[in-house]
Amino acid sequence: MNDVLKWLTDGAHWRGGEGIPLRLGEHLLYSGLALLVAAVLAVPLGLWVGHTGRGRYLAVNVSGGLRAVPSLGLLFAAIMLLGPRLSGEAGVFIPSELVLVVLAVPPILAGAYAGVEQVDAAARDAARGMGMRGWQVLWQVEVPNAMPLVISGLRSAALQVVATATLAATVGLGGLGRFLIDGLSVRDYAQMAGGAVLVAALALLVDLLGATLQRLVVSPGVTGQTGRSTARTRRGGRLRLALRS
Amino acid sequence: MIRFEGATKTFPDGTVAVGGLDLLAATGSITVLVGPSGCGKTTSLRMVNRMIEPTGGRIMIDDRDTASMDAAQLRRGIGYVIQHAGLFPHRTIVDNIATVPRLLGWDRSTTRNRALELIERVGLPASFAGRYPHQLSGGQQQRVGVARALAADPPVMLMDEPFSAVDPVVREQLQEEFLRLQSELGKTILFVTHDIDEAVKLGDQVAVLRVGGVLAQVADPATLLRDPVDDFVADFAGRDRGYRGLGFRPAPSLTPRSEPAVTLGTSPEEVRRSGNAWVLVVDDDRRPLGWVEPARVTEPVATDRLHRGGTVARLDGSSRAILDAALSSPSGRGVVVDDDGCLLGTVTSAEVVAALQSPPGPDSSGQP
Repeated sequence: MNDVLKWLTDGAHWRGGEGIPLRLGEHLLYSGLALLVAAVLAVPLGLWVGHTGRGRYLAVNVSGGLRAVPSLGLLFAAIMLLGPRLSGEAGVFIPSELVLVVLAVPPILAGAYAGVEQVDAAARDAARGMGMRGWQVLWQVEVPNAMPLVISGLRSAALQVVATATLAATVGLGGLGRFLIDGLSVRDYAQMAGGAVLVAALALLVDLLGATLQRLVVSPGVTGQTGRSTARTRRGGRLRLALRS
Repeated sequence: MIRFEGATKTFPDGTVAVGGLDLLAATGSITVLVGPSGCGKTTSLRMVNRMIEPTGGRIMIDDRDTASMDAAQLRRGIGYVIQHAGLFPHRTIVDNIATVPRLLGWDRSTTRNRALELIERVGLPASFAGRYPHQLSGGQQQRVGVARALAADPPVMLMDEPFSAVDPVVREQLQEEFLRLQSELGKTILFVTHDIDEAVKLGDQVAVLRVGGVLAQVADPATLLRDPVDDFVADFAGRDRGYRGLGFRPAPSLTPRSEPAVTLGTSPEEVRRSGNAWVLVVDDDRRPLGWVEPARVTEPVATDRLHRGGTVARLDGSSRAILDAALSSPSGRGVVVDDDGCLLGTVTSAEVVAALQSPPGPDSSGQP
């Protein structure tokens, strides 16, 4: 344990072309890009499935199926298939991102369609009955009420992606996985454990970020976070009204 | 005015939900659609704002064919209230009410002022404006539902069992306030319920539907109770329709007998002086509070000792109210008050029934 601490606090490990900040940056790049691509694909698709009720069966099965894909296996398969067609680092980078996207899509997709699906049927009926058009119902009623589940889908995807992005190192890319792989090859357990600690810390930090995001974008009317301190919500309400007018 | 002209809804599987409905809901009045489940009453209502598209016939609003209008535009011009209110959980009360004005593009301050005005109009405190729906009770949510439907001041309102998901006491309050509101606003209202009592209480006109969306009878509530057109309507109108029909008959002209009454704090000896088995207690303005039994009074009369079972009627109220006052009074003497709620005297059920049996005018035709 002391060795791990020593490794983590050693100034030399925080500098240079193989230092922790660089690896952290790479790790965030791999994870962030994959998460972004997955969200761009899965959020609109999930909202559409939830809104129309169409393709639900497909969505359930696809997301269930994707969850069952072993990441490492997919990574090597993708490198064998795609690698020869891509040049240089892209030959490993794109397959790695693909694996992470495949990993991130199921929870995001499930969160989005389940979020829309669980919106109170009476609220939707009222929305249509008062003259909202389809996209207004989606945007003004379904999406705001689906937010808690949409975000929890994103959060769980982010956790998995941050943890799994360590795989990139197995195919020669960077990221925090480097410390695990390199540490293993030279039996430097302090380095391995240090890398693992960094991955865990990053995952926690990302989840904290998700929680903050959730607090910012979800209406207190949806989370039920209003009863506790009426004074605070009243102030919040006034603030929102002030911003709007 | 809403006019159904042979309006029909046949579902793809061949089920006929509404089979050629002809009905006119007059401007400024409440038309209630009532019937057992499966009678197509909700389908009929939802065809008006095209939440369900008719498969045959036409539905006209003020001589405009609803089918010719853009569905969303049509709906923005029609108030819509549903059973569970259907408030938007993520929006505050004031924002919920502002929904339709916002869709119509009203400017912010007009919208907000209108919403705040409506909160008070439906009997909620202004402080509710910034709350969220989940902080309100079912009855309060339904008031917001009504306010939201009224926001853009639509001439026509559709109400689908708006009061059936709340408890009986709250329902009664909501019904009373709904009638008060309607007397101020004079909307053209189509109201769906499965509860015949609610139908005859609220409707200026009641349309009874039978299964398959066929109109069984359309009449004002008194006629419906007095003269059901067939066994189905008679059954549906209920067993004690004779008694309930009295609700639509003005109280017979009676002269209440003067009733000796005591005030709170009266001593036991004083209470026993009249010699009656029950003595009426009134407040300082002679408003009735309840009854006491002199035999059981041991200390000065206090509010917690009062028997409050008796209802109170007014001479210009309904026959039902005055008969009920007599029947519900522990002394057998029904309390009658004036417009200010002050004691006029009492009547017995025998007197009321005698007066009802010899009514002047056309109502006597059915009597021996």
